[in-house]
Amino acid sequence: MPEKVLVKLENVKKHYPVRRGWLQRTSARVKAVDGVSLDLYDRETLGVVGESGCGKSTIGRTLIRLEKPTEGKLYFNGTDISELPARAMKPFRSKMQMIFQDPFASLNPRQRVGPALEEPLTIHTSLSKGEKRERVMGLLEEVGLRPDHYDRLPHEFSGGQRQRIGIARALALNPSLIVCDEPVSALDVSVQAQVLKLLRSLQEKHGLTYFFISHDLGVVRHLCDRVLIMYLGQTMELAPVRELYKNPVHPYTEALLSAIPRPVPGRKRERILLRGDLPSPADPPKGCPFHTRCPEAMEICKETRPEWKEIGPGHRVACHAR
Amino acid sequence: MKDPVLTVEGLEVRFQGAAGEIPAVQGASFSVHRGEVLCIVGESGCGKSITSLSVMGLLPGSAEAEGHIRFDGRDLLRLNREEIRQIRGNDISMIFQEPMTSLNPVFTVGFQLMEPLVVHRNLSKKQAFEEAVRLLERVGIPDPGRRMEQYPHELSGGMRQRVMIAIALSCEPKLLIADEPTTALDVTIQAQILELILKLKEDTGMSVILITHDMGVVAETADRVLVMYAGKVVEEADVRTLFEDPKHPYTKGLLRSMPNVDDDTYTLEAIPGTLPKPGEIQQGCPFHPRCPEAMDRCREENPRVFTHRPGHMSRCWLAEEEDQDHAGESVG
Repeated sequence: MPEKVLVKLENVKKHYPVRRGWLQRTSARVKAVDGVSLDLYDRETLGVVGESGCGKSTIGRTLIRLEKPTEGKLYFNGTDISELPARAMKPFRSKMQMIFQDPFASLNPRQRVGPALEEPLTIHTSLSKGEKRERVMGLLEEVGLRPDHYDRLPHEFSGGQRQRIGIARALALNPSLIVCDEPVSALDVSVQAQVLKLLRSLQEKHGLTYFFISHDLGVVRHLCDRVLIMYLGQTMELAPVRELYKNPVHPYTEALLSAIPRPVPGRKRERILLRGDLPSPADPPKGCPFHTRCPEAMEICKETRPEWKEIGPGHRVACHAR
Repeated sequence: MKDPVLTVEGLEVRFQGAAGEIPAVQGASFSVHRGEVLCIVGESGCGKSITSLSVMGLLPGSAEAEGHIRFDGRDLLRLNREEIRQIRGNDISMIFQEPMTSLNPVFTVGFQLMEPLVVHRNLSKKQAFEEAVRLLERVGIPDPGRRMEQYPHELSGGMRQRVMIAIALSCEPKLLIADEPTTALDVTIQAQILELILKLKEDTGMSVILITHDMGVVAETADRVLVMYAGKVVEEADVRTLFEDPKHPYTKGLLRSMPNVDDDTYTLEAIPGTLPKPGEIQQGCPFHPRCPEAMDRCREENPRVFTHRPGHMSRCWLAEEEDQDHAGESVG
């Protein structure tokens, strides 16, 4: 089934300069995202998984142009938006929104929830005061909050409720794409499941596309259609969710999957314990970035970056050994 | 059963707040046996961390603790500051969630490792240095000699947690309390750290209290499990029983709300509602507003503890019918 591509990334790079010394010369570059090519389909949920520093948040922020790519092209609905100036970006802004990990940090502690939710409407629409209020009431109901929450301050809400506010804010302008950056990882498990259910029902109702960033492979399996595994700014593996969990190909994916603690007591299993820590993204290893921890590393891995090759329908992997 | 290392009886912890007394732990009783891992599970605010801080004698000044915490024939709640200081770090050690906040940023790793060795084990500086290097090796830190000279910010998260573990183990404690030791770490590093704690437990025969909210971590590490909700222990069982035959609706809910990695047909079931705020006055069972099986009685009367079989307890009225056959075994 040919699917409509909503966002297209072509060899996108995002490098940050590291400045040192009195002259603030650029002494190094942190390669947060280093050459990512990817299609994000309309109405799908793409899970992006990786350990801290793998560039998953940076790529999410680049996707909605909160960061300008250092190199490469970014298309939204067929339009190249990688270089668009702020003014020209504005119509696209309302179509792409973000939900953050800690919604409390993104809410003004002194602003009541209702007015906070009205702000995007003030900026992007010409609705009257009454219309805005009505829209916000509708949003509150949609995310499972009550009308009387309109006049409350952020501190009066629990973590789960705050995340609902964050979701309502993201929905305000009827976006087509929402980047969710670890939206449930700060929540207690019993509440986490509620928010995941909410995200799923909103997606069905509004035809949303999610770029779902998470380090929790359990959550990703539950919510996502496809999964992208990243390591040190590079894509390691991309596959439909079932395929990835049943048939992981990249040694890093295998290690990640085997590292998750399973809720089955007494089960002895083969855990692939990775040696050592993640290298610094400011000084990533040459060749395949994973070769320093890879149990199957070969000589070629130290020298040449593996090709991003397709090995099955919708299944891509970057590994010399496979 | 082996002899208990630590016995907690009827622990009550209250905080003095502006709005009056806030109960944080209400009547927690449990014991930890030699060489076992006891996991305390629950969500934020359930009192799991406060329970462990009471054992360490590290409660903040606004807190008041009652009950008994017996360790080595002594009641830790009755000791003065100097006496508890002798035990803390020496016989009972603790590691925390965020190792960066528990390591001092202005001292080298080596200095912080050697301090307990000099203070508690009366080693000379030279001996302490050698011992510290040995400890770093033991927790799997490569190039320990160089690491001794480094400051905490120069280490990665997993490395810092290893250093914390090395410090905690430096006096060969009988009991290690680990409060969410892997929550801030990536999964691959989490796997390394859990493996390390279990291996050290095997080697030294120490007991471990592991506090976590992750049922996966519980399944892989625990011998026995306490489930806490709103300051109360709502279920206690050995790990297999807890996963295979959970009795309390909260335990069941926790198990069902955890996304399963191995099963894609699995449907996630959320526990409705939110956790009660601390100090929120509750009549009846604290879980009843969220409980799918709540009865009239649950709204009025706080359930007592029922024993399903030796070692398996729950605090839920549902257990009563089941329990009637062997009435008298239950403890109030």
